[in-house]
Amino acid sequence: MRTITFSQATLEAMQEEMRHDPTVFVYGEDIVRQGGIFGQFKGLPEEFGDRIRDVPISETAIIGAALGAALTGTRPVADMHFADFISVAFDEIVNQIAKNRYMFGGQVNIPLVIRAPDGISKQAAAQHSQSVEGWVQNVPGLIVVAPSSAATAKGLLKSSIRQNDPVLFFEHKLLYPQKGPVPEGEYLTPLGKAEVRKPGKDVTIVTYSIMVQKSEEVAVELEREGISVEIIDLLTLKPFDAKTVIESVKKTHRCVVVHEGVVTGGFGAEIASRVQEEAFHYLDAPVLRVGAKNFPIPFSPILENYVAANQEDIKCAIRKVLHREG
Amino acid sequence: MPFQKREFPNRFAELSREDQHGLLKTMVRIRTFESRVEELFLNRKVPGFVHLYIGEEAIATGVMANLRKSDWITSTHRGHGHAIAKGAQTDRMMAELYGKKTGYCKGKGGSMHIADFTIGMLGANGVVGGGFNIAVGAGISAMIKKTDQVAVSFFGDGASNRGTFHEALNLASIWKLPVIFINENNQFASTTPTSYATSVARISDRAKGYGMEGYTIDGNNVVEVYNAAAELIRGTRKGDGPVLLECITYRIKGHYVGDPERYRSKKEVQKQVIENDPITRFIDYLKERKLIDDKEVEKIRREASSEIAASEKFAEDSPYPEPEEACNDLFSFSPSEFPEVAL
Repeated sequence: MRTITFSQATLEAMQEEMRHDPTVFVYGEDIVRQGGIFGQFKGLPEEFGDRIRDVPISETAIIGAALGAALTGTRPVADMHFADFISVAFDEIVNQIAKNRYMFGGQVNIPLVIRAPDGISKQAAAQHSQSVEGWVQNVPGLIVVAPSSAATAKGLLKSSIRQNDPVLFFEHKLLYPQKGPVPEGEYLTPLGKAEVRKPGKDVTIVTYSIMVQKSEEVAVELEREGISVEIIDLLTLKPFDAKTVIESVKKTHRCVVVHEGVVTGGFGAEIASRVQEEAFHYLDAPVLRVGAKNFPIPFSPILENYVAANQEDIKCAIRKVLHREG
Repeated sequence: MPFQKREFPNRFAELSREDQHGLLKTMVRIRTFESRVEELFLNRKVPGFVHLYIGEEAIATGVMANLRKSDWITSTHRGHGHAIAKGAQTDRMMAELYGKKTGYCKGKGGSMHIADFTIGMLGANGVVGGGFNIAVGAGISAMIKKTDQVAVSFFGDGASNRGTFHEALNLASIWKLPVIFINENNQFASTTPTSYATSVARISDRAKGYGMEGYTIDGNNVVEVYNAAAELIRGTRKGDGPVLLECITYRIKGHYVGDPERYRSKKEVQKQVIENDPITRFIDYLKERKLIDDKEVEKIRREASSEIAASEKFAEDSPYPEPEEACNDLFSFSPSEFPEVAL
């Protein structure tokens, strides 16, 4: 299979969907003149003209107008530059976009995608490094997606653009330049379905986005110690594929949830709750969560590394649930 | 007061007698609906909060008479008048206020969330200033689909102090979007006077900051509103870009039904009721020009009363939704189709 970068994979998804449907358009800050911070929009202006546009630094307008456009018969894709900035358009996301369909009694669909590059990358410090899915997990009415690879990025972005509901699409910044195998031609990756990245029998890791590969690295190492790790890549966080998670935990009897965002009130709390509600009697150890320490992401590399969750934290948690500490 | 003055051509004079009466009908229907809603709320038939449009009817009426069914509007928390003027059915509106299944939103929205997408009414909005960018997005749709539809964003004086106002007007201006921003300056943001909370004498002054035209008119004169809207909407529809129209009005009722109104005197309100009621003023205008007689006015009032009585009966007779219907309409798919996923 050919290998392309995550960034190219999302570009292909955009090209294909914009060719399919003339009502799909994309706008965001610095996506035409710069091609996106990670080159993920390069080439679109030449082919699609006005259907890709730079917008002023007006996140509220970008997201609010995306809703207005979706309500009136188009399929906007809005790029958020950095996921951290969804806070600037929080009313539009949580009070308008998430609620319009419901509070209007289902009169209208809201087909829109908010692409939001997230995560720790290159010492960007506290306001450009966050994983913010925890902010929106408490809001009914949003679909939240987080691809982990080039292949899933393409298939999920295409599915998200075709979805008749609002999708928050979190793309980890470190994934953009990474290459991975991507099938030729068009394909869709279904929303709401997790994938088992690696089968195992001793412990289930439930994870997503960049932490999938970090978990995979840990799994390879632990394999040498005779620990068999099953890795579930959620892909969609809301609604998440509880069935796949619960079935896995019933098999392994142990569960560690891994994400890059902070632990307290993070998405892992939701998964851990769900696991204990539905598989309590199968568990041989408490469900553990691995994520960033409860601080803003600091600047200095030494501090940043300390706050961020890393492979060592994942390993520790796995040993702990297996009662094989030190 | 220093604001841009402009004489708008008298398009009202070109209307047929029937269409001129049509404006009065709409105003009277809104007034009758709102007056009855006030009573029903006080009689505990209508739950929640109700913000009445009484005294401001000329604005929705004069603007909407210049829109097509396919044009869009965004409304405010004080949105009943906009919905009626855009063509919404008062029976389904009333049922929504009652929380009934036959309401526009099947009882999920209530007063502050009435929408009717079949007539381009993109929704009342519980967040002040929440509608600006939705209207801008509708304008983007028209641009993407290359239609000549326009979007009108109604907003209050208080909303012009939101950041959304700034971002929306700037974006609409640089992209020359077909959006008309209609300010209903009813002199109060809840309890706070506009003059206290606003940095400029006229909200239309703010248009300059966005490189667009801005005008202030008497929002209680439906003829003036009609003429200004006719001219501005025509321009925007043919590609002149967005405009801002400030319509000076007065909120005769409290911010919400039940407002103790400690922030103003009864005398002040009474003066407005006597001297500045937009319906009385319009009837006087028509009578002076012999464009209507008492019998015709009476007929309009009678018809409005019987329509609203029928709407009330429809709402009374309609069933409440089943409790489980609370679980419908969140997504385009039904959650029950996917029992294995956690929403």
